[in-house]
Amino acid sequence: MTDLFPARHIGTDDDAQRTMLSVIGAAASREWASVQELVSAAVPDSIRVDRDRTSVLPAPLGERAALRELRALAARNTVNRSLIGLGYYGTITPAVIKRNVLENPGWYTAYTPYQPEISQGRLEALINFQTMVSDLTGLDTANASMLDEGTAVVEGMLLARRASKAKSARFVVDADTFPQTLALLRNRAEAVGIELVVLDLASLAADAPELSDAFGLFVQYPGASGRVWDPSDAIRTAKEAGAVVVAAADLLALTQLRAPGELGADVAVGTTQRFGVPMGFGGPHAGYMAVRKGLERQLPGRLVGVSQDAVGKPAYRLTLQTREQHIRREKATSNICTAQVLLAVMAAMYAVYHGPSGLRAIGRQVHLTTAAVAEALRESGVEVVSRSFFDTLQVEVDDAATVVARAHDHGLLLHATDAGLVSLSLDEESAADLRDGDFPLADLIRVLGGTVDGDGDIALDLPTESSFDAGLARESAYLTHPVFNTHHSETAMMRYLRLLQDRDYALDRGMIPLGSCTMKLNAATEMEAVTWPEFAALHPFAPASDVAGSLELIDQLEQWLADVTGYDTVSLQPNAGSQGELAGLLAIRGYHRSRGDLTRTVCLIPQSAHGTNAASAVLAGMSVVVVATDELGNVDLDDLRSKIAEHSETLAALMITYPSTHGVYEHEVVAITQAVHDAGGQVYVDGANLNALLGYARFGDFGGDVSHLNLHKTFCIPHGGGGPGVGPVAAKAHLAPFLPGHPLSQDATHPLAGGGRVEHGGAPVSAAPYGSPSILPISWAYVRMMGAEGLKDATGAAVLAANYVAARLREHFPVLYAGEDGLVAHECILDVRPLTERTGVTVDDVAKRLIDFGFHAPTMSFPVAGTLMVEPTESEDLAELDRFRGRDDRDP
Amino acid sequence: MAAERDLKYTPEHEWLLIEGDVATVGITSYAAEKLGDVVFVELPEEGSDVTSGRVVGEIESTKSVGELFAPVDGTVAEANSAVVDAPELVNSDPFGEGWLVKVRFTELPDNLLSYDEYAALTGE
Repeated sequence: MTDLFPARHIGTDDDAQRTMLSVIGAAASREWASVQELVSAAVPDSIRVDRDRTSVLPAPLGERAALRELRALAARNTVNRSLIGLGYYGTITPAVIKRNVLENPGWYTAYTPYQPEISQGRLEALINFQTMVSDLTGLDTANASMLDEGTAVVEGMLLARRASKAKSARFVVDADTFPQTLALLRNRAEAVGIELVVLDLASLAADAPELSDAFGLFVQYPGASGRVWDPSDAIRTAKEAGAVVVAAADLLALTQLRAPGELGADVAVGTTQRFGVPMGFGGPHAGYMAVRKGLERQLPGRLVGVSQDAVGKPAYRLTLQTREQHIRREKATSNICTAQVLLAVMAAMYAVYHGPSGLRAIGRQVHLTTAAVAEALRESGVEVVSRSFFDTLQVEVDDAATVVARAHDHGLLLHATDAGLVSLSLDEESAADLRDGDFPLADLIRVLGGTVDGDGDIALDLPTESSFDAGLARESAYLTHPVFNTHHSETAMMRYLRLLQDRDYALDRGMIPLGSCTMKLNAATEMEAVTWPEFAALHPFAPASDVAGSLELIDQLEQWLADVTGYDTVSLQPNAGSQGELAGLLAIRGYHRSRGDLTRTVCLIPQSAHGTNAASAVLAGMSVVVVATDELGNVDLDDLRSKIAEHSETLAALMITYPSTHGVYEHEVVAITQAVHDAGGQVYVDGANLNALLGYARFGDFGGDVSHLNLHKTFCIPHGGGGPGVGPVAAKAHLAPFLPGHPLSQDATHPLAGGGRVEHGGAPVSAAPYGSPSILPISWAYVRMMGAEGLKDATGAAVLAANYVAARLREHFPVLYAGEDGLVAHECILDVRPLTERTGVTVDDVAKRLIDFGFHAPTMSFPVAGTLMVEPTESEDLAELDRFRGRDDRDP
Repeated sequence: MAAERDLKYTPEHEWLLIEGDVATVGITSYAAEKLGDVVFVELPEEGSDVTSGRVVGEIESTKSVGELFAPVDGTVAEANSAVVDAPELVNSDPFGEGWLVKVRFTELPDNLLSYDEYAALTGE
């Protein structure tokens, strides 16, 4: 038995592939001797990868050897105790949640809950999440998660601009805001013409005129400095002038502090990371957003609501979907599609498991321990600046850099706020360790310049009173719903998780043949490293020397992804495909502007494009011009040429998906990219369908300047029931200076194809420098175990499977948009409209009926209404494909 | 309400009833049917100025979000609060109780459609 992984990942073996080839050949009255020949017939010659090209991908390793290499990388990381804070905190993941959710394919291999009949489990989990956020923030409606806190603040700013009646273009931001959030706000505000005004609200009168000339106001609560203060006067002033007020609030702090809704905020945003989700060197975690009544239609992302099923029983479903980008395109409220469902489920279950009194006790322990540490520091002569705080203290020191370095020698990570100020944040983990005497408190005191007497044993006396003003103490109740007051024993929790899981359909039950979603195997070996502490317990702003293994892994993955796509450099920062699109378009914008082309702002987008393209273009400050597609689903070259001519002076970019959203390899793609380049535009190739191309063609070779990829499609990161995702952006070298950088990144440079390094000099698009690094070992392991040949074989098997399904079902359902030779790419569109016309049975009926046979429905009515788009992927075996198409009497 | 034959129409599937210098505006039954069940209506504030061709409100159904365009330049004299409270009126009585706004105008644009012209447009 071979130890090689491709045979495990690819569902069809040689025998099965021969059978499938003969079925496809018979249907087309042609003969293909091998899968390679079949794919070669489908992929246009003009874009085929040079056969003699040597890949930089190393020869594939078996599963055990790959894990050994990952272990070696992990060993190069050092998990020191983080007191850095800034939105990322130590937390204790309850083992029952880690084992039954995070490490459980029943939860992590599910798709976004579009089919409510087979999604009631995670929809309930998400309702719990929404209830938790809504209760703690004191606002009426919360969505089902955001990508991270930084981008949630940006979405809050954009929401404020949509909803505010004020004429001002200004958004006022409190200076006491996390540095990464400020960097994100600056970047995103500039692109859409918002004037960002940073003010120190603490030293500003509550009736200052600056507060009355803005469409929105943002406060961090508690502040980045740790300060707990009452912003309600400033909020009132701003609101009286028509502003919409956004507060980023720490959910654990809200167990002790008055809710943002009670202080007058219209919108609350933040992260739920410290509710049991490991820091993971930056992510993934679930951000959140909650709004007051009246703003619910402005919410970005997804919202779960309670409806009724056919017999009138309560049932959950996604709601207000009409405003999402796949329907409203450039008029959408946001470009977010994938959010962070798996992590939202974990955070919600943390609240279910601990309940309101448990959460209150954790929050109180953290706060009172911080107060006790402040007292101990003061007694030993340390200059603690903070008076009113929750979990973060600022300390005056002579030289912050030296103090941070000395702390590091003792295994403690502090944050240098400026030259003479350091901050430290406590959390659930460090508070528990301080209680247990398992924390180097004496070292901390000495490092901060204090004196410790005797043997260094310091008894911490917890105060009984909070440090902050009694008027800010939380009085309102939260998490009163029975679900938060029932499952507190581990047995009850385990069974609740199992009950919900059993209501859902995931890849552990059967095929999820969703076109354009690539629901392939998420192998157990690939998942192994996600929960290793060396990857899971790192703070995103830890010093580079602590994260050498992760940085090496990131470097390698960037090089591999650049190699397979034909680009020069890759950024792994974007947390979803939508964010990758935005990063790529912002890079194009930055490039044009750097050349003085300030008016190049038109983005051409084919009619057939995914709606997210248009929504992202608008957020990158571009205006969308639609290009017609012909009856075969291809870009209409004549219309493209006339649109280019019409906008020749203002053309910024063309966004094109390859293979197209219709699942066809367009033969004219080189002519298309050439025409755009000739007119001074840049070519953005949407990489959502890369699974049909790997090993056969590369975006960069046929004219792409920049692309995003979806590691959660092509590179095996599980969909998590609707997130996490990773949307790397890959680009040619001339765009590198405009790819996302980060003010707190460990290394601003990235590998350049062919050798050397290049700086990514743009502004960030995610809160953390490398986005969601704790799930990158998944894609790393996939590529490491497949090798270049294995990836190419996977493409072949995916294309073969789609053509097999098409050949088998063609006589019952016409296959739309096949290319030359009647072949499709990695997915096929089955036309249900003739059936509907004949019988009245609609595409919805077919989809729902498939559920009865144990299948997740294919993609419905995209890109063509009344059709099903089927993408079986390479991972399904022939038996499952046959089960799907339904064997008939003529079968052998 | 006046007979449909006496109304003016726009290519955006809105109808206008002209009475003096006030135009009552709604969406046609054809548009209402295409939208499906209307669940939410947002209308401009009374007293606000509107410009012909600009978006001034939203009509959301279970299937999609449609936009309300101002068919004339003018000032909003009245917004139909009944339809905000009961959006289903747009479906049940699009030419009557489902009206949306009344706009006081100074001049009518010359591109409004007659009943026959609109019927030709929708093919009905």
